[in-house]
Amino acid sequence: MIAEIVVSVLLVVGGFFGLVGSYGLVKLPDPMTRLHAPTKSATLGVGAVLIASLIWFPARHGHLTWHELLITLFLFLTAPVTGYFIAKAHMHLGWSRDELPRPSPGKDWATFCDPDKESLVDRRAGDRPNG
Amino acid sequence: MIGYALFFAYGCFGLALLFCLYRVVFAPGLSDRVLALDTMAINMIALLTLFGIDKGTTMYFEASLLFAMVGFISTVAYAKFVLRGDIIE
Repeated sequence: MIAEIVVSVLLVVGGFFGLVGSYGLVKLPDPMTRLHAPTKSATLGVGAVLIASLIWFPARHGHLTWHELLITLFLFLTAPVTGYFIAKAHMHLGWSRDELPRPSPGKDWATFCDPDKESLVDRRAGDRPNG
Repeated sequence: MIGYALFFAYGCFGLALLFCLYRVVFAPGLSDRVLALDTMAINMIALLTLFGIDKGTTMYFEASLLFAMVGFISTVAYAKFVLRGDIIE
């Protein structure tokens, strides 16, 4: 009975967050803000549904499966990577580097530079192989 | 009670898939379309898991694991293609 209540609450919360995540994809004004909704909210919704499934199978059917935990971990690890790649592709497609604000004074965006020339990470002079 | 919660979650994720489909068809830019396709894969994982809870079978977890992997790989491959014009350099 308690498991049923917990699973129902998790399912309702997960459905709500999944709906919010996809509605934000339609509602929000520009591409960089649209990136927030699916990568955060929809991932949280799917995570809630998968945790509900993880609780439901031992409580009702008496056998525990770890597949849901694997899928949840995989989704939570890959959602930031996906968001980062799409943001990077959008920066290269939609803007020139002069339109973007500087990430910090005197520094350029790492994605627009040569790999060894400039980065957001401050390096000492001796770290670079060719000066 | 679990039946009502399942129906609510089915409705939510079905509506979410329709929003994503709208964004795939009427997208202002390329990156929005890729993002909407990735979100469709995530919503399909949720729907498969809900169907597994509904039918009481663990058979669909392999399918959702495959959906997760294929969705991630395809999104990264598409972003790489947009960025570099090539997937495997």
